[in-house]
Amino acid sequence: MNNQQYDWSIEPQSSLLDLKLKDTWAYRDLLWLLVRRDFVSFYKQTILGPLWFFIQPLLTTMIFTFVFGNLAGISTDGLPQPLFYMAGITAWNYFADCLTKTSTVFKDNANIFGKVYFPRLIMPLSIVVSNLVRFGVQFLLFIIVMGYYYFIAKADFNITWAISLFPLIVVLMALLGLGAGMLISAMTTKYRDLAFLVTFGVQLLMYATTVIYPLSTALENYPSYSWIIEYNPMTPLIETFRYGFLGNGTFSWGALGYTTGVTLVILLIGIVVFNKVEKNFVDTV
Amino acid sequence: MSNTIIKVENLSKAYQLGEIGTGTISRDLERWYARLRGKEDPFLRIGETNNRNIKGNSDISWSLKDINFEIEQGDAVGIIGPNGAGKSTLLKILSRVTSPTSGRIIGKGRIASLLEVGTGFHPELTGRENIYLNGAILGMRRKEITKKFDEIVDFAGVERYIDTPVKRYSSGMYVRLAFAVAAYLDSEILVIDEVLAVGDAEFQQKCLGKMGEISKGEGRTVLFVSHNMGSIAELCNKAILLRNGQLIQHGDAQQIINRYINNEENQQSVWHKSSEKFSSQFFDLLSFYIVNEHKEMNDTGVARNDAKTGVCLKFNTNELNADFCYGIAFYDQHETLLYWSYQTDKSKVEWLQPEIGTNQIIIWLPQHMLNQGSYRIRPLASLHYIKWLVAPNAGPSIHLKILGGLSNSPIWNDARPGLLAPVLDFERI
Repeated sequence: MNNQQYDWSIEPQSSLLDLKLKDTWAYRDLLWLLVRRDFVSFYKQTILGPLWFFIQPLLTTMIFTFVFGNLAGISTDGLPQPLFYMAGITAWNYFADCLTKTSTVFKDNANIFGKVYFPRLIMPLSIVVSNLVRFGVQFLLFIIVMGYYYFIAKADFNITWAISLFPLIVVLMALLGLGAGMLISAMTTKYRDLAFLVTFGVQLLMYATTVIYPLSTALENYPSYSWIIEYNPMTPLIETFRYGFLGNGTFSWGALGYTTGVTLVILLIGIVVFNKVEKNFVDTV
Repeated sequence: MSNTIIKVENLSKAYQLGEIGTGTISRDLERWYARLRGKEDPFLRIGETNNRNIKGNSDISWSLKDINFEIEQGDAVGIIGPNGAGKSTLLKILSRVTSPTSGRIIGKGRIASLLEVGTGFHPELTGRENIYLNGAILGMRRKEITKKFDEIVDFAGVERYIDTPVKRYSSGMYVRLAFAVAAYLDSEILVIDEVLAVGDAEFQQKCLGKMGEISKGEGRTVLFVSHNMGSIAELCNKAILLRNGQLIQHGDAQQIINRYINNEENQQSVWHKSSEKFSSQFFDLLSFYIVNEHKEMNDTGVARNDAKTGVCLKFNTNELNADFCYGIAFYDQHETLLYWSYQTDKSKVEWLQPEIGTNQIIIWLPQHMLNQGSYRIRPLASLHYIKWLVAPNAGPSIHLKILGGLSNSPIWNDARPGLLAPVLDFERI
């Protein structure tokens, strides 16, 4: 062995642009095992557990239909109300879950992070993939409800070509949630009070996204404020989702491109900040 | 140095004392401003050593300061030092759990570290699933684990229960399984913290044997932190002595062990609280010392074999808990555990429960028991079966020296043969 040749070095600072993606790839087996752990432990712990997957979106849909659809009378662009809300909730929930779970990743894994090294990025990634299972179940429920309205209730909606963008939408939601979650998780290790804001913030953000109203209505009724909704990177995703599956919504390549750009920037910043904080996180717990 | 595998260069690690998170935004700004002007970081002060007994005048404590050493391939290195010397910090940096403040470590080959047994074990998963998960956390690929699976199960001796969730395992089985995964890691360097404090004696021997095999048989490098000089002497050929974050000596293991055991600084018989390390609402240890028969502090720590001697624990209790119990662990000079005296030795109704406020409790040691020599005592405290408040080997240690009084016979005024020196009664029937 060459005396001068060392494989690794442990130093105080590393380059900001070193994203450790190669390192993370080497641990890909761990990612799948963690996803499996989440899945297995979830099923083993409760009988009602998996049922919550169904109950939560169903109840939310019913309440939204009642409050926003019937009481407030907000337009749903001519779509059956439950279908309209469910589409929004299903997509939104995935994003919100990715964001909130990722934002507590340091706190939740303080014990394991303090004892063994592996590329920390694996943890948030496993959260995003684990949540995909839950999203899958809720999505299936949405398809069933869609089928009911199409075949039995004979409601007036149609699937459009934009449905082919579905995988892209899911990936963008996951990455946006991941990036923003990592940013928040990095900040909460230092300024703890931020954690309390997350749940509240996600709720607020939902109202600034077109989950309970169509973008067209917002543009029509509040033209001076609707820019908030338009610049929200989640809006194009929800709108495209609805346009693809229900044939109603505001779709534009420009908006989708904008969201993709924002997502990549947030993700990049998220990874950089996360990697920076990860190095000394153990000392501040 | 032809075969250097790890090279540590000017390694330092600073910790911030006190409440972290108060005013950090303003400090961050101040730090950033100083750096902007190209000045030195105002919160790092050079030249201060980390001595727990002297309260420094800055909030920064150097857990490690300018450490330099090299380790050669195939060495088994014991890392020795009193509590707070920086042993664990060094292992944490080597394991990449935390990063140094300055300096660097370079090396070659894969490092596997075992700072805790069973990191990431999930109670709901079966033994098999946990082997894969734990192995992957420690850096093994799935294929490697499959290849070694049978050996791991065999070493741990849990074949029958491999498909049972580990929450049904006894604590011994759990530890055996966890150690086995780490022992079969295919790494050039193995870093081990005091994990052998758990498990039964037989398994401890098996672990030491396995570690010896790893370093001597397979030529892999082992770094081992322990308070037990016996294990270090058995396992290691080299040792590093740390004190107050500084490297005192690096070299032959036996030589350093002797130096450590005979060191005067290591002979404190009174301990006073200097940090919040052993504080909780149930048990806030204030001081810990040897007392004589009049319940007075014996700060020399020297007592006769036949004198009535006790250990006093002085602590604050802010919250009562029915599961709270406490006691002491008693070691010989090689840090081999002789016994524990814990409240669980008696049934729960007999436990001497603390009161809210300051408690002073004396635990009387048996007379006519110990041979002449040096002993160490550490406090223990826990919420029984819930968690450790002061874990075994983690607490501060005080020193007791037994000198004289070994028997009334004029022959034995020096140490008697054997570990113990009881005076037994003889009777004809």
